[in-house]
Formats: sequence, structure tokens, C-alpha cells
Amino acid sequence: MSEKYLLVSAAPHIRTPEDIPKIMYAVLIALIPVVIASVYFFSLLAVKLIVVCIITAVFSEYIFQKLRKKNTTALDGSAMITGLLLALTLPPNLPLWAAALGVVFAIVLGKQIFGGLGYNIFNPALLGRAFLMAAFPALMTSWTLPFNLDAVTGATPLAQMKFAQSLVAHQALFLGNISGSLGETSALAILIGAVFLLLKKIIDWRIPAGFMGTVVLLSGAFWLINPEKFADPLWHLLAGGLILGAFFMATDMVSSPVTRKGKWIFAVGCGVILMLIRFWGGLPEGVMYSILLMNALVPLIDRFVLPVRFGGKRKNSV
Amino acid sequence: MTKIYSLWGDFLKGLWKQNPVFKFLLGMCPALAVTNSVINGLTMGLAVIFVLLCSNIVVSLVRKAIPHQVRIAVFVVFIATFVTVVDLFLKAQFPQLSKALGPYVPLIVVNCIILGRAEAFASKNPLPRSLFDGLGMGLGFTLALLLLGAIREILGMGSLLGVEILGENFERWVIMVSPAGAFLTLGILIGIFNLVSGRKKAAGSSGPSCHTV
Repeated sequence: MSEKYLLVSAAPHIRTPEDIPKIMYAVLIALIPVVIASVYFFSLLAVKLIVVCIITAVFSEYIFQKLRKKNTTALDGSAMITGLLLALTLPPNLPLWAAALGVVFAIVLGKQIFGGLGYNIFNPALLGRAFLMAAFPALMTSWTLPFNLDAVTGATPLAQMKFAQSLVAHQALFLGNISGSLGETSALAILIGAVFLLLKKIIDWRIPAGFMGTVVLLSGAFWLINPEKFADPLWHLLAGGLILGAFFMATDMVSSPVTRKGKWIFAVGCGVILMLIRFWGGLPEGVMYSILLMNALVPLIDRFVLPVRFGGKRKNSV
Repeated sequence: MTKIYSLWGDFLKGLWKQNPVFKFLLGMCPALAVTNSVINGLTMGLAVIFVLLCSNIVVSLVRKAIPHQVRIAVFVVFIATFVTVVDLFLKAQFPQLSKALGPYVPLIVVNCIILGRAEAFASKNPLPRSLFDGLGMGLGFTLALLLLGAIREILGMGSLLGVEILGENFERWVIMVSPAGAFLTLGILIGIFNLVSGRKKAAGSSGPSCHTV
């Protein structure tokens, strides 16, 4: 018997073969369909943005950790995910320097400043996007139509509905033949990756279920009241970045609650804020802000739904 | 010799070791609100230097005559007097700047740096030391505002002191002109400031640093 089994150490004693790189690379694999779809629709523009974002993410993580004289974790996959997710939320014809700037912001100020992976309050990729949105609003809202990349700008389906009251067909939304950011256009591709993650139990089904369920309920209620003015629930589900956000960003292990009850609260909160923004906000889309706002509340939620210790009693059950 | 050295020290400590913005985080309101361009930051800095210098001088001169119980009220009256002078001067001579700074010039009355120096330094020290203290603190504040204003103006508008320097094709970082850009820039600058002063301390070149509010 090897010595490994004779060592006495502090808990935990049962270990799983899962570690950070394994989980991160599984998420990267799950994003492959989305990447393929974005390259299919936006060809070279998508390739360039994705490559630049991933390389910048890995390098900025490596350089910042070297500057702080820490062991580098640049290759554990988490920086690559941040870079790739950020790239997938960008408009296809964003200049590459702006994308790289957003990635540096995401990695350095969104993640490393807080102490690196596991300590960040906000989802770094979304924080990077929020920075780009605030810094370059014009660049971040000029869209390209798929297959027709030469300066044809088309409003996203959500913007068309909000500002021109016209609905894009469901089928186009599902397959992705619409204008929008790289990764949000094709619901089909995102769902393939999401099923893979759910089967591997890397993401908890409660968050996407709660998030999208709330959206369906709220938009359904308004649709039943006034189908002329409000789009139907399925449309709201497929349009914009909801599916990408619900499966790949709201489920970020670091910036979402730990307990099951907390996850439900978090997810429903995301859904409510999203619908508030889509119905009455100045912006057509609000997935990013809804997730970021709920990220800020996660420590509070975790404290609020603290589970009872084994053998302990509930406060109000006596 | 020692006396000159100590006056010099009173002056220098405001620039780095006890910099009001980067070390004490005092005067945050003007430091964040008016630094969207260099000229605004500079004006605010000069106004604060004037008020701080005058109030330190007066407080130091009459420090023995003020009853302890009412000292804060007395200090505020002095400060308000000089702020009114600055406010009226700006309105008369530079009406545009005065409009750009808005309520932040009258708000110098409640600037923590000025009341803080009156209470912590000028009311306990003789005139020459108070004078150099006020000058150093005011200059430290002005330099911080200039730095903030320069970074925000270059990135946010592509210009410096109103002169276009980054060319027509420069994509302006809208966020830098907005309050969010002020918080970001200030946070990063304080981080760099702490990094540098931490390295200095590690090298043993500076004494125990002073931590107050």
C-alpha cells in the first residue's frame, strides 16, 4: 500500500477527481457549438475577435500575476473562458483594440484585483462588457447582419421591437440568422452546449430554470393582457442574450449563490430585473445588467438562506 | 537649521507622505466631481490652496484666543469667508469656469481637508509651520486633481487643457468623463500610490506612516 493512504490529514477526506482546469475546459468544450455558429454567421470577424480576446485574457492574467509575484494560473482555463465569453457578447465589427481593452479590464479589474479566481464578486466577462458599453456606447451598439458583413448595420431583434414595434420570426431567432453579438444569435447552438454542461453537472439547472422561468411567466402575463403591444414569452426567451446569459454567465460558480434556495432567489431576481429593463428600460436588452446587479447581492443572499447545521434547529421552528 | 528643515518637512509631507487625496482620502467630493478636465481640476486646486492657506494663517494667529468649545464654529466662519471671496472672484473674472464648477466652489466650506488642517494642525502650531502645512497640503491636493483631470481628459476627450492631442480618429472613452470614470481612475491611482509607498517602506527609506481618517 502506498504511503498516500496512510497519511492522516485534515478534512476533506473524500476527494473528487474534478479540479479547476477540468471544469473550465469542460465549459470551453460546451462553448464550441456557439463558436462554430458565430464563425458560420460572421466568418472572419468572429474568428479575429475570439482569438484576440482569448490571447489577451491569458496574457493579461499571466502578466498581472507575475507583477504581483504570484503563481500564475493563466492556463487553468478560467482566463480563456472569460476571454471567450466576453468575445461572444461583443458586436461582430467591434475594433479589435477595444475588445482587447475590455478583456484587460475584465481580467485585471474584474478578477485579479479581488484576488483572482474564486474571489471576484462579479462575473468578469460581463464586467468587461459593461465597461466597454459605458466607454464606447456607439461602437457597442452598431450591429452587422449575418453573411452580409460589409457595413450593413441592422438593429438587433430586441431593438427593432422596442423602437420600431416589429417582430423577427421565431425560427430566425432560434437558428441565429439575425443581427446581434457573436454568441447570442443562435439559440440552438447555445442549447447544445448547455445540455452538455447539465449532463456533466457542471452547472446547476436551478439558475437557468429560475431565470428563464421568470422571464416566461412575466412576459406571458403581459402578453395575455395585451398581445398587441407585448411579444409572446417564447419570443422573449429566444431574443437577445438571455439563453447565453442564463446558461453560461449567471451560472458562474464564483459569482452565484452556494445554496439551492439562494440559487432560486438569484435566478428569479435576474429574471425580474431583465423584464423590467426590457419592458420599461431605456435599453433594448438587459441580461448583462440583471446578472451584474444580482451578482452584487449574492453575499447577502448567501447569508439570508444560511442552511441549518446538522443537529441544529431552525430559528422559528420551536 | 533644524527649524528650516522642519518647515520644509511640513511642506513636503502634504505632497506625498500625507497626501490628502491619495493617503487620507479627504476631499473626495471635489476630487471626483470636477476632475473631468484639467482646467476644472486646476481651478478647484488653486481655490482650495487659497482658502486653505488663508484659513491656516488666521486660525494659527488667533488660536490662543478661541474658546475650545466653539472652535469648530469659528473655523467654519473663517473658511466660509475665504470661500465667498473665491466664489465671487471666479464669478466676476471667469464666469464660464464658475459655471462649470457649479456648486463645488461653495462646497469648499465643508471640504474635510481645510477643516481638518485647521483642527489638527493650525490650531496647535505657530504661524510659519501652519503656513507651510497649508501650502503643502493644498499643493498635494492640486497635484492629485491635476493628475486625475489629465488622465480623464486625455482618455475621455482626447485632449489636454482643451487642445486636441490624440487626433481625430481617437475613439473617446465616454466612461472617463462620467463619474464612473472618476472612481475607476482614482481607485487605480490609489492602488499605484500604495504600491509605490509600500515598496519605499520595504526599502526602509520612510518612517512610520501616519494613518488617520
